[in-house]
Amino acid sequence: MARTKVIEIEPLTRVEGHGKVSIHLDDNNNVKDARLHIVEFRGFERFIKGRPFWEVPVIVQRLCGICPVSHQLAAAKAMDIIVGAKKLTPTAEKMRRLMNYGQIFQSHVLHFFHLCSPDLLFGFDADPKVRNIFGIIKKMPDLAVQGVMMRKYGQEIIKATSGKKIHGTGAVPGGINKNLSIKERDGFLKDIAKMKEWSLGALALARNYTLEHMEMIQDFAAFNSNHLSLVREDGALDLYHGNLRAIDAEGNAIFNQVDYRNYNDYIMEEVRSWSYNKFPFIKSRGQNDGWYRVGPLSRMNTVDFIDVPESRKAHEEFKALTNGKPNNMSLAYHWARMIEVVYCIEKIEQLLHDPDLQGDDLLVKGDRAEEGIGLVEAPRGTLFHHYRVNEQDQVTYCNLIVSSTNNNEAMNRAVTKVAHDHISGNPTITEGMLNHVEVAVRAYDPCLSCATHALGQMPLTGELYDAEGTLLERKSRTI
Amino acid sequence: MKKRIATVSLAGCFGCHMSLLDIDERILDLLKVAEFDRTPLKDLKKFTKRCDIGLIEGGCCNEENVHTLQEFRNNCDVLVAVGACAIMGGLPVMRNAIMNSEDPLRECLEEAYMNSPSVYNATNDIPNDPALPLILDKVYNCSEVVKIDYQVPGCPPSGDTLWETLTALIKGVPADLPYGLIKYD
Ligand code: SF4
Repeated sequence: MARTKVIEIEPLTRVEGHGKVSIHLDDNNNVKDARLHIVEFRGFERFIKGRPFWEVPVIVQRLCGICPVSHQLAAAKAMDIIVGAKKLTPTAEKMRRLMNYGQIFQSHVLHFFHLCSPDLLFGFDADPKVRNIFGIIKKMPDLAVQGVMMRKYGQEIIKATSGKKIHGTGAVPGGINKNLSIKERDGFLKDIAKMKEWSLGALALARNYTLEHMEMIQDFAAFNSNHLSLVREDGALDLYHGNLRAIDAEGNAIFNQVDYRNYNDYIMEEVRSWSYNKFPFIKSRGQNDGWYRVGPLSRMNTVDFIDVPESRKAHEEFKALTNGKPNNMSLAYHWARMIEVVYCIEKIEQLLHDPDLQGDDLLVKGDRAEEGIGLVEAPRGTLFHHYRVNEQDQVTYCNLIVSSTNNNEAMNRAVTKVAHDHISGNPTITEGMLNHVEVAVRAYDPCLSCATHALGQMPLTGELYDAEGTLLERKSRTI
Repeated sequence: MKKRIATVSLAGCFGCHMSLLDIDERILDLLKVAEFDRTPLKDLKKFTKRCDIGLIEGGCCNEENVHTLQEFRNNCDVLVAVGACAIMGGLPVMRNAIMNSEDPLRECLEEAYMNSPSVYNATNDIPNDPALPLILDKVYNCSEVVKIDYQVPGCPPSGDTLWETLTALIKGVPADLPYGLIKYD
């Protein structure tokens, strides 16, 4: 058997969570395979069984400290159904929406400024010692401070709606446990103009970067795929509630305005014997062609329009670039993400002027149900939560499909393409080349913490080397 | 001399790292007195020098976590377990406590890969491959694996708590944490 050399990029850095990439090479450094691995397993679906259902929104967010609010809200929406809350009070629904905008705002800002901007501003091949947020702080302190203060603003919104910046308790089955005080509201209004200005600045940065590097971006980790997201009933972008829409790479509808409580009729997750990773796909297209992308890029592709002015304009410009067809370039995620940053801050401003946030009617209840399904758009894409609860209030069943699992196949394709294009056949493999691979993964902003609730990694065969080519020892295990 | 700090997330949710970023603009002050070695925020995959302070998020749920934790112990003068997961195992440790179960890990794997109705599993195998880092029979907290010098409770400890702890460690004085900053949730 021909010998294979395996390069591991481990741990993946400047992404959230734990992961690694392995690249299999032949003797001439031709890439035979490249894969993204997520290296932990939690078992949440099993050990949540038997816990009281009202605990779930609080517990489940401990899967992920970057998008805790998204898990809290998806679980709370499922538990709304369990407690028979058919329609939340305006105060509860708007507080939850505000929380969600704060979450997506802070997560997108963190991703763009703290994690990715060093690649975009310094270059993929820049010295790894400075290619990080500390380097940005040193070289471009004003920009870095904007990122830090924008993230802080989003975190403060989360604290005001959820009780804590990370792992709060705000959303409860049937509603919310606090409203927004006048004092809190005025604190946010004081800084809103500056936040809007900085958000538009970040959008311009991402947009200009994309347009200036179009030649590279058109090709770098670019490939056709289906796209999936929630959309509002009128086709507008909605990150908190709506129906499912899936389109193909040309923009044709695969399904549209589907009630997400029927997700089991449309989506399946393939288990491959050689991987802990599940690979979701659209049933009607089968497991080979049915895989899809989610997240900011997909949302910009699936929605018909945005209902607030600045981000509406930005979305129209984004769509015009590909003549109204879906944009299939991985690196266009950054631009799409910054459109959503502007969208969130516009929505936050709208909500802050809404007196419903100071209402006292926080909770509703109705007839108990046994099964609840909740979906939200998390920063990284569509997030599915599904539970069953018995008469003693105990959870008896749980299924989660997290955003980064939805992007699993796409991230693997991105890694493979970049490895082929940038590493294959080169006599020496540099740190910069390997960073290209990480740049492709980072575009998806994968949340590997989330994904670890039930993910693992794929097989490696042959001798194992680290990035410097040193042979590593590795014990193997029989099945 | 600036103090060197290294950070890592083992079986944690990254919330403790996010909380460290919640020191917000104080990061600028921190960088005047300290610099970061290995941390997920930088692209250094290994230690470049011996560090004064190592911050550990998360406990150990697989063999790689154990190796990384030992590496941190070997390369850091002071090792701090940050947050509920590092100190007690946190959410992941719930899998140790599945009642009436002979083999909790196996039950977790079966639930994820075989029992779910949305799963399409042609061979009905649970993934198991030499490449997978061995999952430990149970989840261990950091003190069960190496000597830990300090513990900062919370899930996560707040940005303020981490700020007070770090600045005290850098100055080499005992951390003066007011009651309000010591929280266990
Ligand atoms: S202690 Fe809490 S915040 Fe920290 S890693 Fe564990 S679950 Fe996440």
